[in-house]
Amino acid sequence: MKYIDEFRDGEVAQGIAGAIAREVNPDRRYHFMEFCGGHTHAISRYGVTDLLPPNVQMIHGPGCPVCVLPIGRVDQAIKLALEQEVTLCTYGDCLRVPASDGLSLLKAKARGGDIRMIYSSADALALAQKYPERQVVFFAIGFETTTPPTAVVIRQAAALGLKNFSVLCCHVLTPSAMASILQSPEIGVSGTVQIDGFIGPAHVSTIIGSRPYEFVAAEYGKPVVIAGFEPLDVMQAVRMLIRQVNEGRAEVENEFSRAVDRNGNVKAQKLVAEVFELRETFEWRGLGVLPHSALQIRQEFAEFDAEKRFPLDYVPVADHQACDCAAILRGVKKPQDCKLFGTVCTPENAIGSCMVSSEGACAAHYSYGRYKDV
Amino acid sequence: MSETRKNYVRPLDLKHGQVDMAHGSGGRAMAQLIEELFAKYLGNEYLAQGDDGALLPPLGAGKLVMATDCHVVSPLFFPGGDIGCLSVHGTINDVAMMGAQPLWLAAGFILEEGFPLSDLARIVQSMAAAAKEAGVPIVTGDTKVVERGKGDGVFITTTGVGVVAPGMELSGNKARPGDAILVSGTLGDHGMAIMAERESLGFDSLIVSDTAALHGLIAAMRASGAEIHVLRDPTRGGLATTLNEIARQSGVGMMLQEKALPVQPAVSAACEFLGLDPLYVANEGKLVAICAAGDAEKLLSAMRAHPLGGAAAIVGTVHVDDHHFVQMTTSFGGKRIVDWLSGDQLPRIC
Repeated sequence: MKYIDEFRDGEVAQGIAGAIAREVNPDRRYHFMEFCGGHTHAISRYGVTDLLPPNVQMIHGPGCPVCVLPIGRVDQAIKLALEQEVTLCTYGDCLRVPASDGLSLLKAKARGGDIRMIYSSADALALAQKYPERQVVFFAIGFETTTPPTAVVIRQAAALGLKNFSVLCCHVLTPSAMASILQSPEIGVSGTVQIDGFIGPAHVSTIIGSRPYEFVAAEYGKPVVIAGFEPLDVMQAVRMLIRQVNEGRAEVENEFSRAVDRNGNVKAQKLVAEVFELRETFEWRGLGVLPHSALQIRQEFAEFDAEKRFPLDYVPVADHQACDCAAILRGVKKPQDCKLFGTVCTPENAIGSCMVSSEGACAAHYSYGRYKDV
Repeated sequence: MSETRKNYVRPLDLKHGQVDMAHGSGGRAMAQLIEELFAKYLGNEYLAQGDDGALLPPLGAGKLVMATDCHVVSPLFFPGGDIGCLSVHGTINDVAMMGAQPLWLAAGFILEEGFPLSDLARIVQSMAAAAKEAGVPIVTGDTKVVERGKGDGVFITTTGVGVVAPGMELSGNKARPGDAILVSGTLGDHGMAIMAERESLGFDSLIVSDTAALHGLIAAMRASGAEIHVLRDPTRGGLATTLNEIARQSGVGMMLQEKALPVQPAVSAACEFLGLDPLYVANEGKLVAICAAGDAEKLLSAMRAHPLGGAAAIVGTVHVDDHHFVQMTTSFGGKRIVDWLSGDQLPRIC
C-alpha cells in the first residue's frame, strides 16, 4: 500500500533503532507517554518496544476514546435505546464498553434495543431520513478527530429540518486531558511517576494543529513530539524526544509534518465552533471531572441535542472497586499491575474500559504483548 | 395434451413467485417446489429415489468422516459466489480437511416466507453447479418455511460424508515442534468481499470471494508424498483463530513471519481502511497445512502447481511452548502475539 508500507519498513526501523541506541545516555532512564491509543496500538502491534533500548520506556496515555468514556454516559445511551426505544447509532468499539447492571450496548441490543454500529456519522443521518417514524440518536464520542463529522450532520439535519434526529454528544478535548495528567498528584505534585516527554496525537492534531500543546512545553517544561500512527512515526518521535531531553530542550516538535501544521484545519475548527461550545465540566473515566474538557451542542442547535430532547439525567457511576483503569489511564500503573488483568478482566469479558478497545492499554498488552509476562 | 394439462398442475412462477407457508407444509405446494426446483437442478440417482433418506452403496476400507456446516451469510449474493455454492464448498472442505475424499452431501433449507423464488432458483442452481464441479452430489435434503421476519431470506445447512484416504491420519492435535506451517493462498479474500458488499460500507472494491472446494488441492498435496500432520480451513476468525485452535489442540507454540503472509493489496488496503486485520478475516477457499519440516518445500511445490494453490507460502514454524502462544515476527522487526479473535472484529474509530 502506497504511503503506508513506507512507514512500516523494517530496514528503516533498524536504522532508527541504531540511531536511538547511539544517542541515548546509558546513565539515565527515559519515560515517554504516548498520548493516543492509536500509538499504543501501533507500538504493540508492530512490536516497537523490541527495537528500543531497555532504558527507554513507553507509558500508555489516556487517548483512547472509548477508554475515557464514563459508565454514566454509556448508561444514558442504553437508556435511550431500551426505555425511549430510539434507534441508537454509534461507532464500533463503543458497543462493548461495560456499563451498569452488567450491560453494554451490545448486550442491550440482545435485549431488544435497536442499536446499530455505523462507520460514519452520515450513516446515522441517513437512517433518520430512511425511517422518519423512528427517533434516531447518534451517540457521538471521541476526541477532536471525530468532532467535525458530528458537526456536519447536525448542520445537515438542521438544513433538512429533520425532527427525528439528535446527538448524544460526548466529544472530549485532548489538551484538557494532557493538562489533567500533568497536574495529577503522582505526576505533577509528588513526581512519583516520571514523564520526560509526550508523543503528541496524530489525527487529533490534523484538526487542532500543534499550537494547543505549546503550554505543555512552556508551562510544564515537557517536550512534545507530534507523531503519525505508523510504527516508523513512533520510532522517529522517540528519537526526537531523546534529543530534546539530552539537549535540555522542551519544545513542541512535529514529526507528522505530512499531515499536521501549527494551525491545523481551520475550516473544521470553524465548523466545530459553530455547532459546539465548551461544557462547564465533564466526567472522564479515570481522570475524574475535568473543567472545560468537553463539548456540548450550542443553543441554536438545541433541538438536535438528545440530552434536551429526552429526559436524560446524568448519573455518575463508580468503576469496579478492584479495576485499575483510572491509574492505568494516567500512566501511574501498567496493565499487568492490575489484579483483574487477564484473570477476571479479559477482552471477552472486559471489566474496565481499557480492556475494550484495541487501542486501550490493557487490550493492547493482552492481545499483543502478554507473552512477555510469563 | 401437454404434460402440465394432464396433471392439472400450474408450474411454479420462478420469475415473480415468492416462498409462502404452503411450501413448507408437506402438501402439494412443497412437493412441487421439490420437483420443479430442487430435484430439477440437483437431480441425481439418489435424490431420485424419493424416499425419506438416500440409500447409498456400501463403502470399502477407510474410516468414515461426517461434517456439517450452517450457512447464514448476508448478503446472500456476493462477488465471487453466493450462499448456494458457499454451502457446498464449506462442507466439502470440512470433510476434506480430515483427509477424506468427500462422497455425498445432504442439504437443509430454512426459507423465509416471501423470499423470491427467482433468488431461490439462482441459489439452487449455484449449489448444483458447485456440487457437479466438485463431483460430490447432494443426495438428500429438507425444506422448512418460517414466517416473514423470522428468517433472513434463506439459511442452508449442509452435511457431508467422506472416506479417509489411506495414510491420511490428520488431526489438529498432530502439530509437532519443528513442523512447518503453510497456507494455500492469499488471506482474507472472502471476508473482505462480503464486508465490501454490505450496504452500510459504501465503498466499491474488486475483491472477490475465494469460495472453492479444496479436496482436489488436497489430493495433489497427498500425491506429493509429504508428511502432512494437520489440515484445516481458516474460515470464520481467519488464520489467527485457526492457528490458535491447532496450537491449543497440539499443545505447542507457533511463530509466524509477517513478511511471508500472502495478502492481496486490495484486501490489505480495505482492511487498513476499516481498521481490520487480514489475519482475522474469513477465507472460504484456503487451507492451512502443517507438515514435517523436511517436506515443506516439496509440499509447497505441489500446492503451487495446483490452480487453487498458486499463491501458497510457508509462513511459520511450530515450536515448544507451554503457553501455546501463536506469535509473529512483524515485518517491522518486533514480536507480538497473534491472539484468538475476541468477539467480532469491530473497526477502530480513530
